[in-house]
Amino acid sequence: MNPLFAVFEPGGDAATALYIVAFSLFIVGIKMGTHPTTAKRGNLVAAGGMAIAVVTTLLLDGMGNWGLIFLGLGIGTAVGVIASIRVQMTEMPQMVALYNGVGGGAVALIAWSEIRHGAGHEVPLDELIPILFAGVVGSVSFWGSNIAFAKLQDLIPTRPIAVPGQQVINALLLIGIVVACVSIGINNDDPSEEIFIAILLASALLGNLVVLPIGGADMPVVISLLNAFTGLSAAAAGFALDNVALIVAGTLVGSSGTILTMEMATAMNRSVGNILFSGFGGAPAGGGGGTGEEKPHVSIGAQDAAIKLAYADTVVIVPGYGLAVAQAQHAIKEVADELEKRGVTVNYAIHPVAGRMPGHMNVLLAEADVAYENLKEMEEINPEMSRTDVAVVVGANDVTNPAAKNDPDSPIAGMPIIEVSEAQEVIVIKRSLSPGFAGIDNDLFYEPNTSMLFADAKAAASEIAAEIGNL
Amino acid sequence: MDLMTEITIFVLAVFVGFEVISKVPTTLHTPLMSQTNAIHGIVMLGGLIVLGFADDGLEYVIGTIAVAFGAINIVGGFMVTDRMLGMFSRKPKPKATSDGKGGS
Repeated sequence: MNPLFAVFEPGGDAATALYIVAFSLFIVGIKMGTHPTTAKRGNLVAAGGMAIAVVTTLLLDGMGNWGLIFLGLGIGTAVGVIASIRVQMTEMPQMVALYNGVGGGAVALIAWSEIRHGAGHEVPLDELIPILFAGVVGSVSFWGSNIAFAKLQDLIPTRPIAVPGQQVINALLLIGIVVACVSIGINNDDPSEEIFIAILLASALLGNLVVLPIGGADMPVVISLLNAFTGLSAAAAGFALDNVALIVAGTLVGSSGTILTMEMATAMNRSVGNILFSGFGGAPAGGGGGTGEEKPHVSIGAQDAAIKLAYADTVVIVPGYGLAVAQAQHAIKEVADELEKRGVTVNYAIHPVAGRMPGHMNVLLAEADVAYENLKEMEEINPEMSRTDVAVVVGANDVTNPAAKNDPDSPIAGMPIIEVSEAQEVIVIKRSLSPGFAGIDNDLFYEPNTSMLFADAKAAASEIAAEIGNL
Repeated sequence: MDLMTEITIFVLAVFVGFEVISKVPTTLHTPLMSQTNAIHGIVMLGGLIVLGFADDGLEYVIGTIAVAFGAINIVGGFMVTDRMLGMFSRKPKPKATSDGKGGS
């Protein structure tokens, strides 16, 4: 082998010291990422740490195969740059899923390579166990994230895909994986690559089967959970390779990702276990009630909506998942601009889980140049609701359902909601009366002060903006 | 490094992770998730080491793909996070509050 720039001894003090600098920058970067004013710099700090870690590794003594290394780096960088420039802000969650998936894939491949390297001679258990863990979790994360990506990108149906006896199959798969891992562990004097590949395949299947039955609306929680898993698997790879940067960075992501996942689930009044095992994330069969009988509701057109809005003093817009799907944020901003021209006060009520993940709606609206000051959090806007003339619900459903407050038997009882029904008038822009992801009817649609505007959110908003302009 | 030292580091890192992100405004959840996602791209180092010391055909292939995957994770992750956060920072001082109460 022909080392190009052999500077550091692998595992030596100099390399380790630089790794310590790198992970310190990660910690500082994450810390800065928790405050609005420092978040952007924090991201750059973490990226700087990553640059130090990568360069240090490239300078390790004994490294070879430079052609392939630069090929891999080149392809990966090109794909990463192009994808991040092209991605629409509404597609952000699936982008994170994809990046998370390739990270998990990298971990699984590293584990495979390590097993291959170890074939034929003894691999100590303190190295073998992390390799097995990394292989299993990396593979689950890769396939699970790809399914999450495919669902959010509408490549496969977002509704839950039920596999008969799926809990049993998952349990059997998991048991099989554990047994296979133990068998490799017992024969650690010559770890079998064949069995390891079988483990990778079984984990791949498990990743698919766990995520397939979960509905699109729960996907963010799943992505966040898989993000934490990938972090842990990276830490495991660090144990196998004796690399302190991997151990610390991977673990940080694992623990911070776990907290984020729990926060997301709490905001949706769900538990993580419930999301993973109940397959409830998309209208469950027979759970509705809105499909059969038609309850009386008021339906209006864009022109009526425009008139109601134009002659109001205060308007609150409640954006939701449907707005993200329809990419209607710019059209909604047009409506708000037209209203503000006429002296109407317009605010946006942001439910903690509006959009596709917490904070996602803020990103979408910021993209449409909505001033930060006009974004009101739920606790802030609810007391104002009774003084609001018109509340416009765009693509939000369960988060506005008064049943969460009024009906203790409702499946969403106790979930925090935006109390739009307190407003003088409510306009709901929605394609149909169909239930949201909770699979239950929304009482809001049938209240006397609610008008339904059945249309695609983007088309309807553009039309309303035009109508207001014509008044 | 011996195993117990590594486990010590691991346990401490778990607690640092919990402490460092405990209070985050919802607005920053997506960017923060994206940033931590980029940070686990650190696995690319593992790919580099594996590929840098690889010596058979299949290992070359596996290692190259692992490095490419890791690079996508890192480059894409940090860039997308930067794009998201860029949207918050460009606030062109909106017209003075029309309703007076505003607040934050």
